Amino acid sequence: MQFMLLFSRQGKLRLQKWYVPLSDKEKKKITRELVQTVLARKPKMCSFLEWRDLKIVYKRYASLYFCCAIEDQDNELITLEIIHRYVELLDKYFGSVCELDIIFNFEKAYFILDEFLLGGEVQETSKKNVLKAIEQADLLQEVKKVIFKNKSFVT
Amino acid sequence: MCRDLATEVEKLLLQPGSYVRKKAVLTAVHMIRKVPELSNIFLPPCAQLLHERHHGILLGTITLITELCERSPAALKHFRKVVPQLVQILRTLVTTGYSTEHSISGVSDPFLQVQILRLLRILGRNHEESSETMNDLLAQVATNTDTSRNAGNAVLFETVLTIMDTRSAAGLRVLAVNILGRFLLNNDKNIRYVALTSLLRMVQSDHSAVQRHRPTVVECLREPDASLSRRALELSLALVNSSNVRAMTQELQSFLESCPPDLRADCASGILLAAERFAPTKRWHIDTILRVLTTAGTHVRDDAVANLTQLIGGAQELHAYSVRRLYSALAEDISQQPLVQVAAWCIGEYGDLLLEGSCEETEPLQVKEEEVLALLEKVLQSHMSLPATRGYALTALMKLSTRLRGDNNRIRQVVSIYGSCVDVELQQRAVEYNTLFRKYDHMRAAILEKMPLVERGGTQDEEAKESKEAQLSEAALVSTEPPASKLLDLLDLLDSSSGAAQPPPPLEPSPGGTLGHLLDLPCASPAPASVPNLRVFEREGLQLNLSFVRPPETPALLLITVTAVNTSGADVTHFVCQAAVPKSFQLQLQAPSGDTVPAQGGLPVTQLLRIFNPNKAPLRLKLRLTYHHLGQSVQEIFEVNNLPAETWQ
Repeated sequence: MQFMLLFSRQGKLRLQKWYVPLSDKEKKKITRELVQTVLARKPKMCSFLEWRDLKIVYKRYASLYFCCAIEDQDNELITLEIIHRYVELLDKYFGSVCELDIIFNFEKAYFILDEFLLGGEVQETSKKNVLKAIEQADLLQEVKKVIFKNKSFVT
Repeated sequence: MCRDLATEVEKLLLQPGSYVRKKAVLTAVHMIRKVPELSNIFLPPCAQLLHERHHGILLGTITLITELCERSPAALKHFRKVVPQLVQILRTLVTTGYSTEHSISGVSDPFLQVQILRLLRILGRNHEESSETMNDLLAQVATNTDTSRNAGNAVLFETVLTIMDTRSAAGLRVLAVNILGRFLLNNDKNIRYVALTSLLRMVQSDHSAVQRHRPTVVECLREPDASLSRRALELSLALVNSSNVRAMTQELQSFLESCPPDLRADCASGILLAAERFAPTKRWHIDTILRVLTTAGTHVRDDAVANLTQLIGGAQELHAYSVRRLYSALAEDISQQPLVQVAAWCIGEYGDLLLEGSCEETEPLQVKEEEVLALLEKVLQSHMSLPATRGYALTALMKLSTRLRGDNNRIRQVVSIYGSCVDVELQQRAVEYNTLFRKYDHMRAAILEKMPLVERGGTQDEEAKESKEAQLSEAALVSTEPPASKLLDLLDLLDSSSGAAQPPPPLEPSPGGTLGHLLDLPCASPAPASVPNLRVFEREGLQLNLSFVRPPETPALLLITVTAVNTSGADVTHFVCQAAVPKSFQLQLQAPSGDTVPAQGGLPVTQLLRIFNPNKAPLRLKLRLTYHHLGQSVQEIFEVNNLPAETWQ
């Protein structure tokens, strides 16, 4: 996978994960063009399109578009499964996820994505393991918070 | 950074904790992508990692092995040994029952299955033994996978791709095509898209198997979805063969009428190509092209007009038929430029056939001379006509002056009006035709005779003959022809003057009296002293040739024509050639014909050098070339060594 973008129906970018090194300007340009192209598609059209020399796989969940760019040799149908798996993970974690959850807890969304995909390849195929890893990371955060609360800075 | 950390990553690969190991494996994948030389560090651990039970690590390992095999053939050979092991892993996956952790809708760990299948594909490509080991497994996966949900379809799709790419048994290949056929009938658009894409890849190797699904493919043409119809169009064009050409062209033409504009050009050129390759009869061919031109005339390629005129010219028995059909088509609609150009040419050539009597193949059409002339005038005056079209119409009018029986006043009037047209090309033609009427009326019939059939890709002379009739873009060809031979041609016309059917080639665009000027020149055109041509430079397809001319009346003068020809696949741009001679010589460099030498032997760049050598000293010439080719800037300085003695004696 080369990159994954999440954007709303109005074209606002909610999440972007790039697995290829590109300059900021290029990223913005690609994002703009791709968002326009995908939003122009009608609801009944198929989920795959060819854009530049990449294959784009996109799926709409409620008000969010999940869009992945894959290389020529990758399997499009399994990419749809990848997108679906990611949505399931988010759902399990946030409990019935909606766009607001992703907007306000975007760092968690990135953590989950990073546990699921690494460098554009699927890292962990078991839902349970991914969620376990996230839970452990959360626990670490909690522990840190407690430590900071208890530390006193009074001389 | 990769090089420094490679050993660390390797150590982490063998650590006990699975969490770190799966990440380490994928890191290794990326390192190899960045620095392929590190492959030999990561090769040994792979065999051990394959024994893992943890799916994440297994998945990462498969990806790592895939990456290694893609980058180096040695690794590929090495990993062929693990094919049986992979087969075993996949078999276990397929046969184990439902596992809550890894299954998606009845398919256990589709991600891992797809990845293994992909690796098997790479290992089995062009290798009989490995392919044989996989045969059973592939059959098992293909038949046992549950296809009600997308996950199963994804695995099935990957299986089909693997079957197609490896040396699998014939039965298996048939199974694969059948699966794709089933996909095509699926209601899910995604699946259909995927099926069409794979069938397109298969059509070269298993043509007959794909032919069986032709009706379904044609159905998909009617999809409103643009990606699907594009794929279906490509596949349909690939499936056209001599037996189904009529039916397919029918379908494709109805598609052309309703398709979105971006697909029109492809569809039109596809139909024309298919018609050219498989046309059962010439009449059908002409009909098809006519229909394409009327529906999508503006989107056809430029050479469609030339092809059609040549085709019509060759089909003698169909002249009357084609000119009638073209006339009726033109009468209805003069906006489609290629159609108008062909129709104008036809009417000009075969106007007499149009007017005389009836033809059995079309309904009787009574056409009067005035109607024909009025139509051509309408084309000339219409704002929709391109300059090239106007040129065609004007020439057609001229030809009709000999074909029609009435008097030519109307034609003469039109031609003289265009003598003061703003467009220089039209003006030049009109003035020449005018002169033809006034001074050379006796030659008019001979010059405007029916054109002989032009060979496609004929010699330079024939192309020069045709350039008067053909599009303006071909005028460039005439200008590169050396002036000497043009003079000779014209003088032949004057001497023989017996229907050479050669219209006077256009020279400098000075209006008025051009013909008279040429014909008044003395007959003795000096033949240039022949000196052999010299190839002085060759590099990566770019060749530089020198040709020499010593005009007899000025013995001290040497004219060198430098010609640059490019036979490679890439254009040469910013081409600059400079020359230097010893102090006793005078050198004049004239402007080159251009600075881009197109690839594949396209139009060469020529430049004229004038060297004045009053002392008859031995000539020495140094050339400096600068250009851009294949993404590099090249500068070459060299001395021309083997100059023949005739150049300076």
